[in-house]
Amino acid sequence: MRRSFKTMFYTPYMLWLVLFVISPVALIVYYSFFNIHHQFTFSNYQEFFSSGTYLTMTANSVLYAFLITLFSILISYPMALVISKLKHRDLWILLVILPTWINLLLKAYAFIGLLSHDGLVNNIFQFFGLPVQHMLFTDASFILVAAYIQIPFMILPIYNSMTDISESYIKASRDLGATNWQTLTKIIIPLTMPGIKSGIQIVFIPSLSLFMLSRLIGGNKVITLGTAVEEHFLTTMNWGMGSTIGVVLIISMVIVMLLTTTKRNRRRS
Amino acid sequence: MANRSSKLGRLYIIIVFLLLYIPIVYLILYSFSKGTTMTNFNGFTLTHYGELFADKRMLAIFLDTILIALLSSTFSTIIGTMGALAVNNTKRRHQRETLLSLNNILLVSPDVIIGASFLIFFTALKVPLGFWSVLLSHIAFEIPIVLLMVLPRLDEMSPSLINAANDLGATTGQTLSRIVLPVIQPGIIAGFFMAITYSLDDFAVTFFVTGNGFSTLSVEIYSRARQGISLEINALAGIMFIFSLILVVVYYFIENHNASKLKKQDKLEVTGK
Repeated sequence: MRRSFKTMFYTPYMLWLVLFVISPVALIVYYSFFNIHHQFTFSNYQEFFSSGTYLTMTANSVLYAFLITLFSILISYPMALVISKLKHRDLWILLVILPTWINLLLKAYAFIGLLSHDGLVNNIFQFFGLPVQHMLFTDASFILVAAYIQIPFMILPIYNSMTDISESYIKASRDLGATNWQTLTKIIIPLTMPGIKSGIQIVFIPSLSLFMLSRLIGGNKVITLGTAVEEHFLTTMNWGMGSTIGVVLIISMVIVMLLTTTKRNRRRS
Repeated sequence: MANRSSKLGRLYIIIVFLLLYIPIVYLILYSFSKGTTMTNFNGFTLTHYGELFADKRMLAIFLDTILIALLSSTFSTIIGTMGALAVNNTKRRHQRETLLSLNNILLVSPDVIIGASFLIFFTALKVPLGFWSVLLSHIAFEIPIVLLMVLPRLDEMSPSLINAANDLGATTGQTLSRIVLPVIQPGIIAGFFMAITYSLDDFAVTFFVTGNGFSTLSVEIYSRARQGISLEINALAGIMFIFSLILVVVYYFIENHNASKLKKQDKLEVTGK
């Protein structure tokens, strides 16, 4: 009796696991071995790894994601450091979270206005006597907007790992005569490494696939892995090739996860 | 020295906060501008809001979006909570770890992968693209976050509570409804809210599985923004901003309410001893 109750109870979740987690991944791997005429083939992979276009696209995509992640760390780390020392830090961190509740598309749309030919940024440039820049539809603007969107997601895990540091470590380092800089590089940064790593996870992987941003802000100049998947699935209808790129994306995701996951055993010892 | 560096730090966070909020303020400011572009402010008007409310198509999409958000978060909260109970019930450590890593796949996968694989999935099962495919996908990608919000509460719950209930002759159903659910309720509510925000925020997955005819706000904003600036979108941004502010306030009110309740309980326990 009790057993049947339990199975009835767990079935929906297990069903979800099989239907929406395992089978979609299996299907995408399966489809990557079919060409546009539904014949089994390895040609998608051959094409991917022999064509210059796909390889440069992958390299570019990784480079963009790397730059987006790097800029977000550079801006977020000091931000998290300062906020974690403020008196009403919960309130301040709430102000960091608030922009994440606003739809990503609306934020991207705001930048179409901000970066346009007569937009606010160019007005400021003119005010300082700089020439009007053509900013929209460039890779720089894509990286800028993507970093803008990702910064709160980078601040949060770093901030959390900072608030976990016991105050006594910092006091101890001061007592032992460390300068502020030494305390930062020898105590705070090593102790917040888990936060930085999970920030990288949260920011780097989505940055590989921000196709809506590259379409709206990057014009058609910025082509990332995500844009290519979207193009193959919804425009050219070549699902096989799209799935192949998807599999490459999944593999790069797994690599990032492996590189950034701190092993629990190591941390314990 | 320390004083100067803290001043510098304050200046720094003020600058970053300005940068974080300027685009949002800019967006909403221009929803009140006479004119048609986001470049020069031509005086105050509410016409764009008027246009927005008169836009039947937009209104229908808005209602669809809300409907999808509420339905999907309700179902995902139920299934996610069941999942948390399942994970909590595992006997062996590696079983739990396996379930949790399977659970987290959808949380860490890039949106395009989720969208593309769901598109293949629905096409293979011949589910028509539209309302149902969008609803099912939203339920699917909200379940893992609900589970992660509920599970810590279950882990904190002392097993003696359940043992006591069992000893006193409660059935599994009674233990669940009288003991377990009330204890994990804050986690369930937090999970429900997270699910709503995931649903409202999603663009990529919906974009893949929506087909023709059905649309949510994100998809609509995307297709309009690709055609250029229209201040109606700014008006929509203004409304959605207020909407998310309300959600944030409600969420934090509930969280604080729960926290103060917990504190009170702790105090009672301390004084009781």
